[in-house]
Amino acid sequence: MRLRFTVNGQPHEADDVWEGESLLYVLRERLGLPGSKNACEQGECGSCTVYLDGVPVCACLVAAGQAEGREVRTVEGLADGERLDPVQEAFVEAGAVQCGFCTPGLLVQTHDLLARRPRPSDAEIREALAGNLCRCTGYEKIMDAVRLAAQRTAEART
Amino acid sequence: MDFLRPATWREALEAKAAHPDATPIAGGTDVMVEINFDRRRPDVLLDLTRVPELTTWSETDGVLRIGAGVPYARLIDELGDRLPGLAIASRTVGSPQIRNRGTLGGNLGSASPAGDAHPPLLASDARIEVESVRGTRTVPVAEFFTGVKRNALAEDELIAAVHVAPASGPQQFSKVGTRNAMVIAVCTFAIALHPEQQRVGTGLGSAAPTPRRARDAEEFLSAELDWAGRRPLAESVAQRFGELVAQASSPIDDVRGTADYRRHALAVMARRTLSWVWEEHRSGRQECA
Ligand SMILES: Cc1cc2nc3c(=O)[nH]c(=O)nc-3n(C[C@H](O)[C@H](O)[C@H](O)COP(=O)(O)OP(=O)(O)OC[C@H]3O[C@@H](n4cnc5c(N)ncnc54)[C@H](O)[C@@H]3O)c2cc1C
Ligand code: FES
Ligand code: FES
Repeated sequence: MRLRFTVNGQPHEADDVWEGESLLYVLRERLGLPGSKNACEQGECGSCTVYLDGVPVCACLVAAGQAEGREVRTVEGLADGERLDPVQEAFVEAGAVQCGFCTPGLLVQTHDLLARRPRPSDAEIREALAGNLCRCTGYEKIMDAVRLAAQRTAEART
Repeated sequence: MDFLRPATWREALEAKAAHPDATPIAGGTDVMVEINFDRRRPDVLLDLTRVPELTTWSETDGVLRIGAGVPYARLIDELGDRLPGLAIASRTVGSPQIRNRGTLGGNLGSASPAGDAHPPLLASDARIEVESVRGTRTVPVAEFFTGVKRNALAEDELIAAVHVAPASGPQQFSKVGTRNAMVIAVCTFAIALHPEQQRVGTGLGSAAPTPRRARDAEEFLSAELDWAGRRPLAESVAQRFGELVAQASSPIDDVRGTADYRRHALAVMARRTLSWVWEEHRSGRQECA
């Protein structure tokens, strides 16, 4: 089938999409957007997290056809041109990245958390990121990065 | 594979009538896992996410009607005050991403013995509204689960909504698992007090081939509680209630736990949640909800 939807503000089209394939597969293999990662294909790891109509979801669990006409925002769409989003900057500065496989999903999920709760408590951060697994960092640096991003975002607002 | 995209509830029912073998897909958090791992290859997928009627809820004459397509995140945010038991259970489902996408109708459609929405629906006597082009019927939730991952739907029927009264008393839910996030329950227990009827509702999960109520435990406790005087709970009553709940189960040994462990855990959860809701009832909170 042919699929038409918006990705990071741009209209996209993909042909010969198999009806049973996931949005994640379409993004990575058909549209050449490898930012969202494929690690488990069963909703367990969060590394494929994207916004679907503004709501963070696991792209591996969205059927391609369900994205028809919808708006998707991936990690590639967080930066403003060359300028990284404050969340991305904070992850770099806090050293919250090792192999980087989990990072795109964590960035999108953190981006959503801070949009809804600009000053999250540690418990709220842990709860928001409970569906994002990282095999490398031990999470402490990730917590640091989210706190730093929250602080930056709050400062930028005042 | 065909991919059907009805834009209205009517179209969805017609599509299901024309393709009885079609697999409905809502949040996809069960269906897509099966497709990704090649455990299921449906000939037809019937996408329900464009049907606006499924994503709304309303309250009429003291009964809530919750569309099958309402996701957990909205059950928590929008209905947490009216249905605290269902909201507590919803908070334990998967991760935020799963709760954003997974729906009440999908949980009922999968009818897993471990479905976390089921015990609170049982404890509150929910009714499931199912519909086909032939008409509408409502099924008491206790009759909806017919076997392991089987439900009462005919092949041309879809789940339209869940009907349930807002809480008239305290409600609780308890889940045993290896950690907080992302676990399939080892076992679960839900309790609801219905003070205006001087009655207790219960629901057990992961404790039998289907989610079920503990009817003997409900009857025993409803008669023992001092509804009007609100006297403290007798330890012997709590103990007996726990025993009766455990007796209502018929658990199995599996990778998540043994049958013995499940029976033990159910008795503990039953006593504990009972003490919470009874204290809440005694302190008078929630009573005019
Ligand atoms: C990582 C992960 C963690 C999870 N954790 C939990 C958990 O903690 N607790 C829990 O209970 N579940 C859990 N689940 C399972 C799943 O999220 C839930 O069962 C969810 O409610 C399914 O809803 P859905 O909308 O995604 O269903 P879908 O996958 O879209 O559908 C599920 C089934 O219901 C049918 N269906 C859907 N809507 C209808 C309808 N309106 N009428 C008729 N049939 C319909 C489908 O055909 C399918 O058979 C988890 C899943 C994942 C991937
Ligand atoms: S790849 Fe989607 S959650 Fe792991
Ligand atoms: S940095 Fe390697 S998985 Fe998180």
